[in-house]
Amino acid sequence: MNEKLRLKNVHKSFGAQKVCHGIDLTVNEGETICLIGASGSGKSTLLRCINLLEDIDEGMILLDGADISKPGLDPQPVRQRIGIVFQSFNLFPHMTAVENVMLAPRRVHGLSRAELRPRVETLFERFGLADRMQSYPDQLSGGQQQRVAIVRALAMEPEIMLLDEITSALDPELVGEVLDVLRQLRQQGMTMILATHEMKFAREVADKVCFLDKGVILEEGPAEQIFGAPEKNRTRDFLRRVL
Amino acid sequence: MLTPRQDYNRRARRRSIFIAAASTAAAISLLLLLIPLSPGWAAVQKSFFNAEIFAKSFPVLLRAFVLDVAIFLWCAPLIALWGLAIALCRDARAPALYPLRLFGALYTDVFRGVPVILIVYLIGFGVPGLGLPRPWNSPYIWGSLALILTYSAYVAEIFRSGIDSVHASQRSAAASLGLSDWHVMRDVVLPQAVRRVAPANMNMLIALQKDVALLSFIGPVEILRQAGVYKSLYANFTPYVAAAVIFLVVTIPATRFADRMLARQQKQRS
Ligand SMILES: Nc1ncnc2c1ncn2[C@@H]1O[C@H](COP(=O)(O)OP(=O)(O)OP(=O)(O)O)[C@@H](O)[C@H]1O
Ligand SMILES: [Mg+2]
Repeated sequence: MNEKLRLKNVHKSFGAQKVCHGIDLTVNEGETICLIGASGSGKSTLLRCINLLEDIDEGMILLDGADISKPGLDPQPVRQRIGIVFQSFNLFPHMTAVENVMLAPRRVHGLSRAELRPRVETLFERFGLADRMQSYPDQLSGGQQQRVAIVRALAMEPEIMLLDEITSALDPELVGEVLDVLRQLRQQGMTMILATHEMKFAREVADKVCFLDKGVILEEGPAEQIFGAPEKNRTRDFLRRVL
Repeated sequence: MLTPRQDYNRRARRRSIFIAAASTAAAISLLLLLIPLSPGWAAVQKSFFNAEIFAKSFPVLLRAFVLDVAIFLWCAPLIALWGLAIALCRDARAPALYPLRLFGALYTDVFRGVPVILIVYLIGFGVPGLGLPRPWNSPYIWGSLALILTYSAYVAEIFRSGIDSVHASQRSAAASLGLSDWHVMRDVVLPQAVRRVAPANMNMLIALQKDVALLSFIGPVEILRQAGVYKSLYANFTPYVAAAVIFLVVTIPATRFADRMLARQQKQRS
């Protein structure tokens, strides 16, 4: 399998607070990685670092073998290749769903609305949003907003998707529809890293589960191993609390 | 058929409308009764509320007011554009753009720190004093420029507060899609910011509409100056009252409109 993304000894702190304390992680092409860990363990921060929304203090992030964390590197081309979906949706409230989705391809790739139309329509249909294209975000349910946010990231045809607890703001009955979307993506071979509290889901889709604790990946491995026979005490404690 | 609750609400509403109307009528009658009793009323009425002079000056003042409106109409869009430009200067993050940032800060400090009338005098008399050829010595141009420069300093601060009020997560969401800083600003931050500060800017427009009259000090015969001419002609202040009435006819509805806009926005956000 091809190595897609590799984190080497990544350190990140906010002021005096150290959030990442030497993170190593390898993600192969088409793999789904689940980050689990207590609240505040740095899952969101790690995803934001990979998307270059935060600069790392030390270490390296390699995308297809090239260092994307080099200081001074233009982050835009990298961000175009790595999509991120935020826990709080962050749709643009002044634009309709379809405008939200078309904005980046129009501005970045210089495509016209007409050129984008067929592809975007297909995406909306695929995610059960065909009749919601002209709605504004505040006219959509939480689950619909979250799916629009996923479509918005996908419209840039990223090579990797980072998904930050994308179901945690949703009612239980909406969680299902968003998780279905992830299953679809996985089947299509998208490389994904997701931070999640949905242990059941992590167990089902993850090729590898990483347990984040105190700024390091304390334990990682196939889902059956992490959930079935965790080696470290802290992992066991954490799982006992959340399961 | 009304439910008991609706019926009660309707009666309560009628009752409060009645009480409000009655007490307003009482207050106004009291004023109308008392004011004429004051010792100087006869003189004041003659020199401020002379019906004949009012009728004579009103049409001419109205025509002069067209000039105020015209000055307002060409200043307002320029103020919006220049104010926005200054706001963007103040927001420039890149080190190479530091001079712009400095300029923006200085600009708003200076023009908010000096009374409008002084700027009008300095630019309105100062620049034509350079002996520029026609039409570049026109007080219209330089008077308008003075208003534009001053008002855009305030408007810039309003825009900036709007830009700051757009949550950082909107910027990261836009940046994460690979948009450039400029597109993040233009497509995501600004449209939200401009909408949010629309009521505040509406209030600036109302203030501008009134301050156009300051140009009367440097030449253009707009409504205030025209009223001054009539005041001297008739040795009576009624033309000023007529001018005030004309201003109010424009500014009161505009103020109400701005308030409504603000109220609607606050309701939306809660
Ligand atoms: N911009 C920031 N400035 C300062 N501290 C921050 C910032 N972002 C995150 N932190 C801190 O970093 C730590 C890790 O935060 P992070 O959001 O990555 O945790 P998380 O694992 O995603 O938690 P959760 O499961 O609650 O989402 C927290 O203690 C948080 O307070
Ligand atoms: Mg988080």
